[in-house]
Amino acid sequence: MSTTARSEPVASGEGRAAPRPAPAEGTRRGGVLASIGDRVSRGLVGAVLTVVGLLWLVPALGLAVSSLREPSDINTTGWWTVLTEPTQLTIDNYRELLQNDRIVQSFWNTVLITVPSTVLVVLIAAFAAYAFAWVDFPGRDAAFLVVVALLVVPIQVALIPVARMYGNIGIYGDILGVVLFHVAFGLPFAIFLLRNFFVGIPRDLLEAARMDGASEATIFLRVILPLGLPAIASLAIFQFLWVWNDMLVALVFARPESAPLTIAIREQTRQFGSNLDVIAPGAFLSMLVPLVVFFAFQRYFVQGVLAGSVK
Amino acid sequence: MSSEVTDAGVATGGGPTTVETPPARRRGGGRGAELRVALWFLLPALLLLGALVVYPIVATVVRSLFDRSGDGFVGLDNYADALGSQRTRHALRNNVIWVVVAPIVVATIGLVFAVLTERVRWATAFKLIVFMPMAISFLAAGVIFRLVYEEAPERGVANAVLTSVTDVVRGGGEYSGIRARDDAELQPIRHGFRSAGEYAPGDVARLALIGIPPDQLPDDATEAATPGPVDGALTGTVWLDFARGGGGEAGVVDEGERGLPGIEVEALRDGEVVATAETGDDGAFELEVDGPVELRLAGNAFREPFRGLSWLGPSLVTPSIIGAYVWIWAGFAMVVIGAGLAAIPRDALEAARVDGATEWQVFRRVTVPLLAPVLLVVVVTLMINVLKVFDLVLVIPPGSTQYDANVLALEMWRVSFGGGRDQGLGSALGVILFLLVIPAMAFNIRRFRSENR
Repeated sequence: MSTTARSEPVASGEGRAAPRPAPAEGTRRGGVLASIGDRVSRGLVGAVLTVVGLLWLVPALGLAVSSLREPSDINTTGWWTVLTEPTQLTIDNYRELLQNDRIVQSFWNTVLITVPSTVLVVLIAAFAAYAFAWVDFPGRDAAFLVVVALLVVPIQVALIPVARMYGNIGIYGDILGVVLFHVAFGLPFAIFLLRNFFVGIPRDLLEAARMDGASEATIFLRVILPLGLPAIASLAIFQFLWVWNDMLVALVFARPESAPLTIAIREQTRQFGSNLDVIAPGAFLSMLVPLVVFFAFQRYFVQGVLAGSVK
Repeated sequence: MSSEVTDAGVATGGGPTTVETPPARRRGGGRGAELRVALWFLLPALLLLGALVVYPIVATVVRSLFDRSGDGFVGLDNYADALGSQRTRHALRNNVIWVVVAPIVVATIGLVFAVLTERVRWATAFKLIVFMPMAISFLAAGVIFRLVYEEAPERGVANAVLTSVTDVVRGGGEYSGIRARDDAELQPIRHGFRSAGEYAPGDVARLALIGIPPDQLPDDATEAATPGPVDGALTGTVWLDFARGGGGEAGVVDEGERGLPGIEVEALRDGEVVATAETGDDGAFELEVDGPVELRLAGNAFREPFRGLSWLGPSLVTPSIIGAYVWIWAGFAMVVIGAGLAAIPRDALEAARVDGATEWQVFRRVTVPLLAPVLLVVVVTLMINVLKVFDLVLVIPPGSTQYDANVLALEMWRVSFGGGRDQGLGSALGVILFLLVIPAMAFNIRRFRSENR
């Protein structure tokens, strides 16, 4: 009855061991066999996961290595040849990329689009989510169902009228237009995420603050925002990545001078093959910020995925 | 606006479970005040959602009923055009493939990963690696996979792996690359050659091939010899009509030219094989035939070496892009399903194991049924996402197969902004896309209502 690591906890559990049909001899042999089988299967699982993990790593590795090779090398041999001749690696492509005005400009455009979009979505959604969670206004539940419905609206169904509207008010092509569109389409998810979190904040805390005569604005700033910080962090990361990685919205609403990095690189991909020395480091540069954000805040990122797997 | 419902109304308003506290909790009192407060908090969101989401949906529906210029009302003509055009139908067909295949594949892989990672201690590293692509843009992923799918095996990793595996299993034939002279007695067919004319018993066939260097010949190949004529049989030789140093006459067995051993020579009458023979070390063969026949040289010896798949060619481009999508989204499925897995009561699994169920039975009969709601959410989420797939399809296929890979979301952009300039048709495509996500919208609303009851 000794070994099987996995059945041990059950035996020690709340008296479940009772109805076991216990032929002592058979059980012992089963136990030993199971233990060996267990170890073998664990080893097997480990091996499979190692292979799959490598498989998952290879595509991105290919881009990273390619971005560090001379154009002549890229066009003749595979990136994996660096395993045998590591001397071919060079940072020349990056040096040239940073002298490329179009790329540098578009990088700053990406920042100028992403940061305001993220801040605005968090602020506006936090206000709205507070109302949905804690102000009991008539029609609230119906209104929130509308928000839930808007979660899945494809942006294609809004592009044409918004483009015309922007033309009429004179912001077509501007970064402002791109930002506003990102904020609007980020809001349903943002409100959904924050409202669901805010609802879980203990009512007593709010009541206590109200008893003390705090205004709604004070409650929002002093109670809800601090307590809602984990959800706000998740949302901010999500929105940041979504906007940073966007191409379609920028493709429609940004003129060339206000276009983000994704657009600048996609222009290059039309002559794919002949200019990989620009595309590969450019694509890697565009991944760099998201990867840093991802590794720094992955806990919040995962929470966001779990809280609102709908978009 | 008006209704002066008192504090009692607040209690029944149906918010989060209300074990109600006594009144005195509102200064302004009444729902009018609540509405005023709410409006202030909701105002920015309302303005943006109204102007940039809700109004445009309505406007797109209206716009889809007008022609290219936007002046002439055309009823449902744009929809008829959209559904009637080869191009859109092709895009729709691809959308169906995407929606059916991608979510299932992603969810299955995510489920397998989630179950496997539960059993390994260093699972966190694996999860990070698989989840990482979620953070990067579709554009970057597109560039990454454009490199992976590069057709030349010297550059694309997918074909490099594929060809090195198949080379071990079966390389190219020993005579691959060999060819006949343009005016010779042989004509090329798939994996071999066929004689231009017929041969009768007693003839001697001289079948000359060229195009590979003599040192590529197998070691046992000896100097080519022409057998003499034999009664009641067809004789001949297959040889490399070229020797180092040149010289010699085309179609004639000259000194120094070597035979091609091991080639299967087939005699054909009316397309049926009536006799076969194999060439000897000197390239000679003898076939017993009783009348005129055609000759065919066939077999694995002539097979071209495998050069990999054209991943981005017309037939494979959509599966290839789906492959890139799976790479990105498997981590999402793994994480969400993993969380569902962690919420399954251990007792249920252990009870099954104690009852003697194998791991597979536990997985199949206990884990999967308990996970069903989570799996459903994952699949629906992915379906919505897949319908909107745009960037990958724009970036991965080369110009030649853009059409073959097309999907609705991309076609909508192309028609309205990317050169098409027909915003009537574009609006119709946008509305079609919108209609396709409505079932998912209904699913979300129902799920939300049941969870908040």
